[in-house]
Amino acid sequence: MGDLPTSSPDPLARASKPAAVVIGAGIAGIQAALDIADAGFPVYLVEREPSVGGRMSQLDKTFPTLDCSACILTPKMVTAGQHPNINLMTYSEVARVEGEAGAFRVTVRKKPRYVDEDKCRGCGDCAAACRMTGRIPDTFNQGLGKRAAVYVPFPQAVPLIYTVDPEACLYLTRGVCGKTFKCKDACAAGAINFDQKEQLVELDVATIVVATGFDLMEPRQKPEFGYGVYPQVLTGLEFERLSSASGPTMGEISISGKKPKDVVFIHCVGSRDPHTGVPYCSRVCCMYTAKHAHLVRDKLPEANITSFYMDVRAFGKGYEEFYDRVKHERILYRRGEPSEVYRRGDRLVVRAEDTLLRKSIEVEADMIVLATAVVPRTDVAQTAELLGLERSPDGFFKEAHPKLRPIESNRPGIFLAGCCQGPKDIPDTVAQAKAAASSAMVTLSQVSRSRAA
Amino acid sequence: MQVDTLELSEKFNLYGCIQCGKCAGGCPVSMKTALDVRFLIYEALVGVLPDPAHMEELWDCTCCFTCVERCPKDVKPAELIIGLRSLLVESGTIPKTVTDALQGIFRQGNPLGFAREQRADWANGLDIKAAQEGCELLYFVGCTPAYDLRLQPVAKSLAKTFQKAGLDFGTLGIEETCCGNEVRRVGEQGLFEMLVEDGKPLIESTGAKRMVTTSPHCMNTFKKEYGLSGIEVIHYTQLVAQLLEEKKIQFSNKVERKVTYHDPCFLGKQNHIFDEPRAILQAIPGVKFVEMDRIRERSVCCEGGGGRMWVEGTNIQERLAFQRVQEAVETGAEVLAVACPFCLLTLEDAVKVKGLEDKLRVMDIMELVNLAL
Repeated sequence: MGDLPTSSPDPLARASKPAAVVIGAGIAGIQAALDIADAGFPVYLVEREPSVGGRMSQLDKTFPTLDCSACILTPKMVTAGQHPNINLMTYSEVARVEGEAGAFRVTVRKKPRYVDEDKCRGCGDCAAACRMTGRIPDTFNQGLGKRAAVYVPFPQAVPLIYTVDPEACLYLTRGVCGKTFKCKDACAAGAINFDQKEQLVELDVATIVVATGFDLMEPRQKPEFGYGVYPQVLTGLEFERLSSASGPTMGEISISGKKPKDVVFIHCVGSRDPHTGVPYCSRVCCMYTAKHAHLVRDKLPEANITSFYMDVRAFGKGYEEFYDRVKHERILYRRGEPSEVYRRGDRLVVRAEDTLLRKSIEVEADMIVLATAVVPRTDVAQTAELLGLERSPDGFFKEAHPKLRPIESNRPGIFLAGCCQGPKDIPDTVAQAKAAASSAMVTLSQVSRSRAA
Repeated sequence: MQVDTLELSEKFNLYGCIQCGKCAGGCPVSMKTALDVRFLIYEALVGVLPDPAHMEELWDCTCCFTCVERCPKDVKPAELIIGLRSLLVESGTIPKTVTDALQGIFRQGNPLGFAREQRADWANGLDIKAAQEGCELLYFVGCTPAYDLRLQPVAKSLAKTFQKAGLDFGTLGIEETCCGNEVRRVGEQGLFEMLVEDGKPLIESTGAKRMVTTSPHCMNTFKKEYGLSGIEVIHYTQLVAQLLEEKKIQFSNKVERKVTYHDPCFLGKQNHIFDEPRAILQAIPGVKFVEMDRIRERSVCCEGGGGRMWVEGTNIQERLAFQRVQEAVETGAEVLAVACPFCLLTLEDAVKVKGLEDKLRVMDIMELVNLAL
C-alpha cells in the first residue's frame, strides 16, 4: 500500500476516479502533468495566471547551452494544452483540499476572465481597442513595458485566450468605460462578457503534485544598491525581458533608449545572508549571471563588462565549462561583493573592495544587474496552510526526508516539484518533476487496481 | 605588542567571515587610508596580524558601522577595530588627544576640558527642573550641546520646544555625565563600564518613562549598551516629529529656504531613523526640501564619530565632510540640515575650509524649528 493510510474506511474505495491535480503550470508542473497524462491518467493542471509557462517563459536564453527558453518550452506548453488527458485550468486557483491520499477533493476557483473561452480566437482586437492600451504595467515584462487592460501575457500563451485584468479595467474598477465598451465593440466573435462570475469546481483526485514555483527577493531589501532609485539598476529577471526578442525592447539591451557602455553584474544580492532571510545559496545566479554577461557581449561587442562575485558556484553539467567560456569573452570577474551604488554625474558608481587587489575601488557603470535571491512565493504560508504542508527553515515546502524522500511532502499523496521545494535550475526542476510524476503514478496505479478489484 | 589572534578570532566571531569584502567595500575611509578591515579579519584569523601599535590607521575608523550593517554573516568588523583599539588603550599607546579627552571625561564628565560645574550654564534663565525630582521625560543634553557655544542654541531650542508642548521634563543638570558612546568606541572599555555603572542608576532613579537625547551618539549607547530598564530612549527628531503629528506644537513662521538633510550614521544607518527628521523639515512652512544622492542607508559618514572628533586620522587632506558639503551645494540647497552635534561641527568646518559660506549654511534641525515656531 506504500504511503497510503490503511485506516478504515478504505480511502481507495472512496476515490471516484484515479486522476491527479498538478498545481502550478511552470516547467515543473507542465512536465509532471505531461508524464502523468502520457501514462494514461487524467490530470487537472491548475494555473493561476492566464497562461501556462511560468518563470521559464520569461527567460531569454537558458544556460549553459544557450537554447532559447521559449523555443524549448513552447512545444511543451502546446502539448500540455492539447493533451487528451490534460484538463487545463488556467486563471484558476486551488481554494480547498479535503480528504487524503487516494481520495482528495480539491475545490478550484475559476476566476472570471470576462472573456468567453469558447468564443475568443486570440486575435487581440480587444486589446488594441482598449482605452487603457499602453498604460498598464506589463507584469510578464516585469513592468518594463505597458499593455492594455485586456491582454494575453505573451504571444505564445497557452491557451491563447484574452483576459480582462480586473485591477486595471476601467469598467471593473470604476463601473464605467466611456459610453460604450471599446473591447466589446471591437470583438467580432462576441467573446467579451462582463457578466462572467467566479466558479467553484470540485475535483475528486487521488494525488496532488505541487509545483507553485518561486519569487525573487524584493531588491529594495538591499537599499545600498539603489534599486528603485536609479533606472539603470535592474534585477536579473528584468534583464531577461530586456534581452528577450519578445521583450519590451525587442531584445535590444538599452535603458531609456541608451545602450550601456559599462555593465556591472552583482552576484549574491540577498543570498547567503541571514539578514534578508536568505541564508542559503540560490543556486542559479552564478550561471544566469554568466549567461547575462555573455548576452551583453553578444549584443554589445564594445561594452566593458564586470562581474563582481564572492565565489563562483558552477556545479552542474557543463557549467564550469560555460563559466570558462564566458570569461574568455572579455568578461572581467572581480572578487568582492559590492557594498554600494551611487551617482556621479549621469553615471553610476559601484563601490567595492577588490579583495584580490586588497584595494577599495570605484567602477563606473551605466547598467547594473542584480542577481537577486530566489525566495519562496510571497503567499507560501497560505498555500502551505491550504494544502497542509510543512515548510523547512528556508521557507520552502519541506520534503519528507532531505535525502531519501526528497519528492514527497509531509502529507501522503502530495508530491513536490521544482522551486517550491527549494531553488533549482531547469534540469534539476525537470528531473524532480518527472520524479514527482512517477511518485504520483504509484498512487494512481494503486487506486486503479483497487477499483478494478 | 603581543596579540592573541586565536582569542580575537573567537571573541569577534571572525570564523564566520567569508571574505566577501562588503565591509571594506563600503567603508567610508577605505578609499583614502590604509584601513582594510576585511584584510585585518583575515590576518587575525590566520595569525599574521601585525603589531596594532604600528597600525596608525586603526584610528581612522569612524565607527559609522556601515560594515556591521552590511556584513552578511554577522561578523561586526568595526567591533574588531574597537577590540584592537582597546589593546592599545591597555598598553597606553594611544594618541595624546584621545588621552586628553578620556581624562576630561574621567575628571569632569566631558571630553571638552570644561568644568562639571558649568555643565548646566546653557540653561540659565530657562527654568528647567531637575529630573532628580521626578519627571515624565528626561532630556539628556550631551557634552557638546551643553558646553559648545555653537551647539548650545540647539539644546535651548529643544528645551523651549518641550516647554511649548507642555511636557513634564527635566535634565540631570551638572550631574549629567558623558554617555561614553565614543569612549567605548576608542577602546576605553574600563572607563565606559564605569560611566554605565554610575549613569544607569542615576537615569533610572528619575522615574522618567522616556529619555530624549540631542545626539544620536548618546541615544545609540543608552539604547543598546546601557541595559536601561523602564525607560524608553529616543532621539529628539522622533519626539519633535511626534509633537508635530499630535499638533502639540505648531509652526507659525515661514522659513523660506531650500533645505537638504544629511543622515547621521548613528541615527540613520545604525538606528534606522530616516523618516522623522525629514517629516519635521517638510512640515516647516516655506521650506523647500531637496534630497542629495547619497541618503538614508547610503548616506556618507561626516567622519566625526568613533572618537574622530579627538583624533585626525591618517588622511586629513580630503575629509569626507568636504565631499558631503559639495554634494549639498550641488542640490542648490542653501541649508544643509543635520540632527547630530558632531555632524554639525564637521560639516560646518568643511563649509569654512572649502570657502562655501556664501552658498551653504549648516544648521541643526532644531535651529530651523526654532525659526519656525
